[in-house]
Amino acid sequence: MCPGMKSLTHLQRLEAESIHIMREVAAEATKPVMLYSIGKDSAVMLHLAKKAFYPSPPPFPLLHVDTTWKFKDMYDLRAKAAAEAGMELLVYQNPEAAERGINPFDHGPLHTDMWKTEGLKQALDLYGFDAAFGGARRDEEKSRAKERIFSFRTASHGWDPKSQRPELWNVYNTRKSKGESIRVFPISNWTELDIWQYIMAENIEIVPLYFSALRPTYEYEGGLFMADDIDRLEKVMGKKPEISMKSIRFRTLGCSPLTGAVESEAATLSEVVQEMLLTTTSERQGRVIDKDAGDGSMEKKKQEGYF
Amino acid sequence: MADQSLNDSANDSAYQTETLIAEDIDAYLAQHQNKTLLRFITCGSVDDGKSTLIGRLLYDSKMIFEDQLAALEADSKRVGTQGQEIDFALLVDGLTAEREQGITIDVAYRFFSTEKRKFIVADTPGHEQYTRNMVTGASTADLAVILIDARKGVLVQTRRHSFLAHLVGIRHIVLAVNKMDLVGYDQSTFEHIVADYRAFAKDIGITEFTAIPLSGFKGDNITAAPSANTPWYSGPSLIDHLETVEIDNVAAQARPFRMPVQWVNRPNLDFRGFAGLITAGSVKPGDAVRIVPSGKTSTVAKIVTMGCDLVEAVAGESVTITLADEVDCSRGSVIAAADAPPESADQFEASLVWMSDEDLIPGRGYWLKLASQTVTATVAQPKYEIDVNSLEHLAAKTLKLNGIGVTEITTDKPITFEAYADSRALGGFILIDKLTNATAAAGTINFSLRRAQNVHWQALEVTREQHAAMKNQKPAVLWFTGLSGSGKSTIANVVEKKLHRMNRHTYLLDGDNVRHGLNKDLGFTETDRIENIRRVGEVARLMADAGLIVLTAFISPFRAERQMVREMLPDGEFIEVHVDTPLSVAESRDVKGLYKKARAGDLKNFTGIDSPYEEPEAPEIRIDTTAMTAEQAADIIIDRLLG
Repeated sequence: MCPGMKSLTHLQRLEAESIHIMREVAAEATKPVMLYSIGKDSAVMLHLAKKAFYPSPPPFPLLHVDTTWKFKDMYDLRAKAAAEAGMELLVYQNPEAAERGINPFDHGPLHTDMWKTEGLKQALDLYGFDAAFGGARRDEEKSRAKERIFSFRTASHGWDPKSQRPELWNVYNTRKSKGESIRVFPISNWTELDIWQYIMAENIEIVPLYFSALRPTYEYEGGLFMADDIDRLEKVMGKKPEISMKSIRFRTLGCSPLTGAVESEAATLSEVVQEMLLTTTSERQGRVIDKDAGDGSMEKKKQEGYF
Repeated sequence: MADQSLNDSANDSAYQTETLIAEDIDAYLAQHQNKTLLRFITCGSVDDGKSTLIGRLLYDSKMIFEDQLAALEADSKRVGTQGQEIDFALLVDGLTAEREQGITIDVAYRFFSTEKRKFIVADTPGHEQYTRNMVTGASTADLAVILIDARKGVLVQTRRHSFLAHLVGIRHIVLAVNKMDLVGYDQSTFEHIVADYRAFAKDIGITEFTAIPLSGFKGDNITAAPSANTPWYSGPSLIDHLETVEIDNVAAQARPFRMPVQWVNRPNLDFRGFAGLITAGSVKPGDAVRIVPSGKTSTVAKIVTMGCDLVEAVAGESVTITLADEVDCSRGSVIAAADAPPESADQFEASLVWMSDEDLIPGRGYWLKLASQTVTATVAQPKYEIDVNSLEHLAAKTLKLNGIGVTEITTDKPITFEAYADSRALGGFILIDKLTNATAAAGTINFSLRRAQNVHWQALEVTREQHAAMKNQKPAVLWFTGLSGSGKSTIANVVEKKLHRMNRHTYLLDGDNVRHGLNKDLGFTETDRIENIRRVGEVARLMADAGLIVLTAFISPFRAERQMVREMLPDGEFIEVHVDTPLSVAESRDVKGLYKKARAGDLKNFTGIDSPYEEPEAPEIRIDTTAMTAEQAADIIIDRLLG
């Protein structure tokens, strides 16, 4: 290497790529939005957006498709993060799911379908967003490994894995026909470890539930869950669950009754990363969503319009 | 057993890593914070063991978690092809269709890392019908691993993959001679294959490559070399090589500074920053820069990032630059080293890889996107197509899906570029179909054409405004489009007569008449019809420049060409008149007896019969000839024109 040359680290290159993607969307889409799920991947994506457009605030709003079943800590961070980024926060709850009282206990897979899949479609149609950023990563799941960074959806939000546009260099074809929309995944090439390292390096605030603490827990169908709102659980389950205090944390965050906790003592970022590296089960195992339809279930969900 | 000892040593290093993670996580993280990133592709056919090799890399670098491993073991027994042993390919082939058919259809991206580097692997399909997918995966890669089955040697597909990797500009080629276990780790087999490959590689311009004998299935020469099974091999293991090869964007830093502007950042009147990804060179505050295409120079004031301003930024970084002067610079401009700016031109020779199910239509306008520039481009008939298997040059009128050819491209305004051999970022482009918005082709610029450099616009001293003012009218092009027999010529004639009586200066260009002279060399194929319209559009534009009201009566069946003419003219001067007559009505009129001939099969490519008519989506004027006379239609058109 010539003197004075910098060898960029993998995090610097991933950051540069993500920022480049976001700026392409800002320049070419008519009405972009950033889907914000409040998890660690969303936190990194939001941080990258702040960097991409600094000193301006990111030129698009944040959209949270809410299921009403997220953890309290998540709702707290949501408001704070949007305010700090200087971005408008839109929260959408599918009115039909609310009216029918759809919940994870009585309705199983329908809960995700109604609140998240349908809710997302409705929100995008309502506001007329033509490009939506999502924090999905290719290392999460096999069908995601094959999805493009710019992923096109039909007017009915379907994904056709067999007719994806070729994506060459970093020259993105953002043109769409009437009614079509784009899902854009700026952190496609990040791995879980990259995300954690970046959170450490950039000092990004994440939901405290990722760190271990003594929390009220209950067991349900073989999994360990946190009793985030005991009164509501009692109403839905018909009886108060049996609560025991345990030192737990979460590897991923979703709906509180669908997100399995792990018993852990990891209370700092480096301890969390340490635990992740030494652990022997992959990240999404704590989430019920991938398994409910067997093999290829995420691919199927995506064809139906799930993010 | 020999490969047992190899596995032990791999496990040893994994064990040491685990010990470090367990005992000093901060030291481990510090070590991994400063890794570099290498992107590579693997290419080979179904049977070459490509997915198995990637599965092996993931497995050996501990990127497979226990639950995935359990699922893998179960799947291997159920649908695997390796008997009771682990079928690594199942880890990699993600889409359900691929798992069922046992082939890799699409590009899949995989991630693994070692102590020194993080790797992004694009696993690309090997079949010829997936050439576009391979090119897609290769476009972002620093290195290509080309797999060869040691039992089979250099095959047609090896040539194809090597040619494509070279075409896409990959500088580092690894020839991975796989399945050495199945040829008894025989040295002469390996050396024969390498010699065969070297002879062929030279022909396509690959001068250097690294050949490694390995077994993805057994693990030989993957993480450590030499494996006990190949004591005769003195080169690096695959991982050693991947960890040390030079990364493209380090090489790019040695070139002159380039940053295509993606987005202009204007939070308030006091700040104007230019945001982009640096594609070559480096930049410091105070550096002299030139904005291309405007040619204006300035100096870099600040390199702004959130947190702090930078003292230097290099190729591969996304930054925001402010300049010392107020210069014209926007999305599509390139900020470049002042003393070594890139060229601008509007005609090129380029290589194209066709990626659409619809064939290339020479003469038709496509969107061309290069870095942050988007322009309209037309593609000439290919000079030749390249047979990817034999590398022969074949005559070609068009390019079909997966076809690769060399052709000339003309853009409607100059673009800033570099030859692809010098810069992937400013030499690589995509073509986009204007109707379907599909990515139709990937292109690489070979060089600009001399005539683009030598043909200049001569500034005219009498302007088009002065021409129009003398005639006391606003120039326009009334573009009549519709089926044969719809009434275009009839209505256009009435309109012209009326305008003439009103002392307007007009000229009517009629389809049949133009074909007797200017366009008598053209037939009725799709390509010829496009050229027909292009010429008429150019003539109409010249006449409008001269201040005339031009009327044209052509079937002009394709939206793309009508759009092309619209874009030639100033806003508002192109008035599309859709003479809307149902096919059955036009056919029953059949003034020239053409429908009858077409129905009888005596006339080919007849619009409405065996060639499509694409109706205007939003014409300025629509005339329903079943509801009004030609006189009434003419009045509506004149009202719109003069009103």
